[in-house]
Amino acid sequence: MIQHTIAEIKDPALSIQDLCVYYDKNKAVKNVSVDIKKNTVTAIMGPSGCGKSTLLRALNRMHELYDNIRTEGKVLIHDENIYDVPAIKLRRQMGMVFQRPNPFPTMSIYENVIAGYKLNGIRLKKSEKDEVVERSLRDVALWDEVKDTLHKKGTFLSGGQQQRLCIARALAFGPEIILMDEPTSALDPIATSKVEDLLVKLKENYTIILVTHNMTQAARISDYSLFMYLGELVEYGKTKNMFTNPKDPRTEQYLTGKFG
Amino acid sequence: MNTTENIRLQDTSKGRQLKDKLVLGMVILLSLITISPIVLIIGKLIAKGYRQISLEFLIQNTPDTYSAMTALANGERIPGGIANGIVGTLVMVTLASLIAIPIGIIIGIYLYENPGKRLANFTRSLSDVMQGVPSIVLGLISYLWVVKHVTNGYSALAGAVSLAIMMLPMIVRSTEETLKMIPNTLKEAALALGTPYHKVILRVLIPTGFSGMFTGILLGISRVLGETAPLMLTALGSSMINLDITKPTSAVPLLIWEFYNDPNMIDLIWSSSLMLMAIVLILNVISKQIAKKTK
Ligand SMILES: Nc1ncnc2c1ncn2[C@@H]1O[C@H](COP(=O)(O)OP(=O)(O)OP(=O)(O)O)[C@@H](O)[C@H]1O
Ligand SMILES: [Mg+2]
Repeated sequence: MIQHTIAEIKDPALSIQDLCVYYDKNKAVKNVSVDIKKNTVTAIMGPSGCGKSTLLRALNRMHELYDNIRTEGKVLIHDENIYDVPAIKLRRQMGMVFQRPNPFPTMSIYENVIAGYKLNGIRLKKSEKDEVVERSLRDVALWDEVKDTLHKKGTFLSGGQQQRLCIARALAFGPEIILMDEPTSALDPIATSKVEDLLVKLKENYTIILVTHNMTQAARISDYSLFMYLGELVEYGKTKNMFTNPKDPRTEQYLTGKFG
Repeated sequence: MNTTENIRLQDTSKGRQLKDKLVLGMVILLSLITISPIVLIIGKLIAKGYRQISLEFLIQNTPDTYSAMTALANGERIPGGIANGIVGTLVMVTLASLIAIPIGIIIGIYLYENPGKRLANFTRSLSDVMQGVPSIVLGLISYLWVVKHVTNGYSALAGAVSLAIMMLPMIVRSTEETLKMIPNTLKEAALALGTPYHKVILRVLIPTGFSGMFTGILLGISRVLGETAPLMLTALGSSMINLDITKPTSAVPLLIWEFYNDPNMIDLIWSSSLMLMAIVLILNVISKQIAKKTK
């Protein structure tokens, strides 16, 4: 197995080492090793079913919810294996935005944004809460649409609005790393470009790992790209280089639309 | 489109209209058949019982046989009411709920969390079996546990325990089923924010499933409201309002049974039954309102 580490990445935000994920006997992520650079957007690409979501969900230990899923290997964050720290602590460092929007149905828009604080029992002053809510909703370009209905249920929003609400919820809690699973697949082009702008802005303070099917999106906003095929990491490098000069024939085929 | 085709189309559409009407007629007929018993029952209760219903009926205790007999002889309204039964029912059902709801919800959550575990499967089957145990047997059990060893005599507590055992399986089941219907993605959303597991359950899953669980609880309450057999062995009955849960206590269904056995008071069974139905109905309406508000 080739070690897909890029020589120039020092002090990575995340160092994935020989990671494998099994669904029962089925190995869906095969010995993936990769270093993720701080303050970048790293795109994970590959055809449907290649293990992108599975890889991403291993990073905040979502798989532990299910008995039939097994994870092997190491993921280092600040030189500490994520599987050795409490899951709760880890997940507070890593925000996650899911493939499908999942706002809390019993909470209002306002409560959804500050859900991270509420559910973790962190008390904020009213003014602090207001500030967090407004900032997070402005970040995802949702503020103007919902500022008069903040106390309505989040589930009354459209699918795209719900997804932006979920991004706001992940941001509001101030994670270091944000994991995103096709966050714009339910958004219209305008909302998509707003979210893309947001990601570019956010990488000043956060490290973003983004699963995407949209190659132009990856090309537009990602600094590094990671191409997966049938559970294997096929190629990893600077997005620019990968798009202009892919090294692996499978990457080239994917990028030219031969499959996926 | 040519003419023959046109005609054929019209034909089938006419045939379909006829079929639609036929089905609609069947549906209406069947609905009428379904609701007719309840309409007949309520009608009968009102017709036979309305004469007794008054404020007094709600706030006075049961009359003694002698005054009932006198009233009957003079063709007057039977004096007194069923306040002792209403209060007793409320006390025992509240107590039973206080016992059964927390335990039932905790067991339900446990079953939901450990679907495949052997102890969970065993608990689930046990709970199903319990649902089928005749209520008089539950009364007997409460008699052995509570009447004999805790209150040393018939008591509201003993009645409440027998009712609680009856409610328990229903609450367990509805809790588990409701939680199972909540999509996993919601649980994941909460966990991804670093929420500790117990808070995911308390702050996300239970509020989300609240109306479903609440409906289950209400179904349980409605069910035990009318129970008579277990109370005969545990609460016994009382002709006065009693708030001491260690003492014998009356209940509306117990009163109906007592009235039925007393030729002088047999007229009271209709109005008492009407009251019992009314309590169940009111509870239902309240629960629907609460469920609607929390949705
Ligand atoms: N819950 C599961 N149980 C069993 N197998 C699963 C499960 N989820 C995914 N898989 C399998 O793991 C492999 C990778 O799935 P994954 O969801 O990671 O793909 P993906 O790259 O995210 O695809 P997509 O682009 O369609 O979202 C697939 O072959 C899939 O069949
Ligand atoms: Mg996926």
